[in-house]
Amino acid sequence: MAQHRRDDIPHLPTEEQYLNCIRCGLCLSACPIYRETLRETDGPRAHVVLTRKYAEGEIDISPEFVDLMYKCLDCEACNAICPVGIRPADLAMEMRQVIHKTQPQPWLKKPIFHGYFPHPLIQELSVLPLLLYQRLGLQALARKLGILKLLPRQLQDMEHMVPKLPARPLRQVLPEEVPPAGEEKHRVAFFLGCFQSTIFAQESEASVRVMARNGCRVFTPKQVKCCGMPAAGYGDIDLVKSLARFNIDLFLPLNPDVIVTDCATCGSTLKHYGEILKDDPAYAEKAALFSSRVRDISEFLMSIDIRPPKGEVRARVTYHDPCHLVRAQKVRKQPRDLLQLIPGVEFVEMKESDWCCGSAGTQILTHYHNSLAVNRRKMENVRATGADIVATGCPGCQMQLNMGSNHYNVNVRVVHPIQLLEEAYRREEAEIAADDPSTGD
Amino acid sequence: MIEPRVVKELETIVGKEHVLSSPEDLIAYSYDSTFEEHRPDIIVSPANTEEVSRVMRIAYRENIPIVPRGMGSGLAAASIPYSGGMVLNLTRMNRILEIDQENMIATVEAGVVTADFQATVEEMGLFYPPDPSSIKHSTIGGNIACNAGGPRCLKYGVTSDYVLGLTAVLPNGDIIKTGGKAIKNVTGLNLTQLLLGSEGTLAVITEALLRLMPKPKYARTAMAVYADLDDAAKTVNAILLEGVVPATIELMDDTTINTIEEYLHLGLPTDAAAILIIETDGSDEQTVLREMETVARVARECGATDVRVAKTEAERNELWRGRRSVSPSLARRRPNKLGEDISVPRSAIPEAIRRIKAISAKYNLPIVVFGHAGDGNLHPNILFDKRDPDEWHRVEQVSAEIFGMAVELGGTLTGEHGVGVLKQPYLELALGQTVIALQQGIKKVFDPKGLLNPGKKFPAA
Repeated sequence: MAQHRRDDIPHLPTEEQYLNCIRCGLCLSACPIYRETLRETDGPRAHVVLTRKYAEGEIDISPEFVDLMYKCLDCEACNAICPVGIRPADLAMEMRQVIHKTQPQPWLKKPIFHGYFPHPLIQELSVLPLLLYQRLGLQALARKLGILKLLPRQLQDMEHMVPKLPARPLRQVLPEEVPPAGEEKHRVAFFLGCFQSTIFAQESEASVRVMARNGCRVFTPKQVKCCGMPAAGYGDIDLVKSLARFNIDLFLPLNPDVIVTDCATCGSTLKHYGEILKDDPAYAEKAALFSSRVRDISEFLMSIDIRPPKGEVRARVTYHDPCHLVRAQKVRKQPRDLLQLIPGVEFVEMKESDWCCGSAGTQILTHYHNSLAVNRRKMENVRATGADIVATGCPGCQMQLNMGSNHYNVNVRVVHPIQLLEEAYRREEAEIAADDPSTGD
Repeated sequence: MIEPRVVKELETIVGKEHVLSSPEDLIAYSYDSTFEEHRPDIIVSPANTEEVSRVMRIAYRENIPIVPRGMGSGLAAASIPYSGGMVLNLTRMNRILEIDQENMIATVEAGVVTADFQATVEEMGLFYPPDPSSIKHSTIGGNIACNAGGPRCLKYGVTSDYVLGLTAVLPNGDIIKTGGKAIKNVTGLNLTQLLLGSEGTLAVITEALLRLMPKPKYARTAMAVYADLDDAAKTVNAILLEGVVPATIELMDDTTINTIEEYLHLGLPTDAAAILIIETDGSDEQTVLREMETVARVARECGATDVRVAKTEAERNELWRGRRSVSPSLARRRPNKLGEDISVPRSAIPEAIRRIKAISAKYNLPIVVFGHAGDGNLHPNILFDKRDPDEWHRVEQVSAEIFGMAVELGGTLTGEHGVGVLKQPYLELALGQTVIALQQGIKKVFDPKGLLNPGKKFPAA
């Protein structure tokens, strides 16, 4: 057997990353994909073995090899469970980089990753057809007439992923600077994610309001670019680096105490900028500083002296842990604490709350059946709680849960935790306004 | 190579997507939890006993070797397809067919993950005691084929104590049923027990009738710390003589303690010579508490320098997390490990450990020792780098000496992992030629063509 490492291959994982895998198979128990397909080849252990065999020149990259690396949800459950410290999900991601560098790429990849994600305006224009479809009542009509049933089930499912879109992207609406209500205690730079701006605008609007209510001066740079996660997911690490450098240069001059995001995926990528640029002499230090200031919205709010709202949200609420928050950022407790600040919320844990929902960004497009199968397990666990609301701090998860609640017929509202907090503050403000004769009509 | 017409036939039986043969698939089904590997020609994943039977009929006709496989967590290379041919992957057969609460018997398919099964019955207040460390990544079928044990064996016994009956498929495709729901059964030879631990050499186990117990409501776990290994060993017998049968008495030596601590930071005493993890359980809280008091007293009398009883469920889980992580966490130290599982009479434990340490020094290879002190089943793990031919050669010498020592002390080669191929060189030492020949004869009755997991458990006749 050939045992010569292909050291000339760019981004090839190091020997330390796979050598000590004893193939115990414990990772199989945690892998959402393996647990559905029950095919060893789909599991983390095979990813480690195949990576090693490629690195040692025993096998080449085949279309099947590519598909296996792209099947991984990068939920990191295998990384977390491995007692040896092997990170199979990282290996799959790094092999995507190798694939990107060494294999001919699908023609669409370049326009999507270089032409689409880095450019907010193009993204915003792209949701316009969807917006018109919703606004003109076509959606209601199509749903009513059952026209969508004529489409393949996959398109039907995707139709249910997105909520009512904002009239205008939040990036264009949100002021670049929002002053605190009362005394200024924190200087916050808000990283507005792509999905938050174009699809889940209400959430980020809520994030900024909640922070302002709690003594934060919030800056939201309008030129902000994609955090880089989609490009990272498709192995284009050079593009991730250039986006990282751009965002670092945009945010650091604001001299913020913290850089806050309400997107779990953005947060996990931003916290990695330091690692991603550690070999870039011009940026290593700045990137490390940038990453050290990044906080998820729940992580930030629970670290400051937050004033609990007085308004009520009467609902049974459960919480789904986004992979990019619970494992990538180790934020588990804060979103739960945040939800329990809200009067009226009856919090209930679901079984396997940190089991991936099957979203992983684009799996519903690329691996529809796996994505649905993984989602079924999640939706059944949601159903078993009897919750009215499932909260989760990741737009990818939210879209997937929206899809799943429809597909598996689970009657539950999907929200970002911050939205519930905002609702509670609003009720409080409405009650005060109602009690105050001076503000009456 | 399997002929295309045969592949087509197999696809008709199990469905095209359940017949695999891409290079990546062949690699993925070439290994288990050892360092061994060999690629099969094809992987077939049937959905039920009927499909297994039809697949095996074809393999029998075409003389294709068959290696049954669950989740590939075996530690003796028993599911490595050295023979090429077909890996019969049973993970899709993962249904719990019935839980008969009145008779406390479950009927399950071979591919059910043991931990999933345990969790399901526990939700009903029932209990399936066997608890191999691989419980989350091994299947009932694999557990039966290897007669898996685990820490709880001391009080509750091994897998074979819970199997009342089996559905299995003979190499020619015939389906047999052994045993049944009747607890007492001497009708004919006990084929159920013959298949238990047969490592897939006699028949493919597809379903099992499993005996359940009421779930113990209370458990207490303690850690006893020793400055001297002999004191730890003395404690085991002393506890049993007091009339207390703990669910588990697990032993870890100093090297093990340090390795786990390095990885998990549980606050284990890194300067101790050994620790015992002892658990008492039962349905009456007072009894469980009283038993734990006895355990703690006896441990101190035998020389334990410290006895810590877990106060909360979280503390208890931490102790067990430490124990379960031993085997894999060893790999942090060296790229490869060979986990042996010799079994010796309880009284021989200190002598066995002393001799293992001497062997370790003689061949200059780290060996950590942990295991089930209550039943004398020890896991000496040799840590090495297989890429170094000299080291690998020394590993082989170390294994030979360890096995020789185990037999000399009145013990045997393997308590729960199985023989597979890794322990075959030492089989004659443990069994003698006559017994091996007898077993080869039994194999011939089940598998006249020698197609089922050839070359495993004992040498091919």
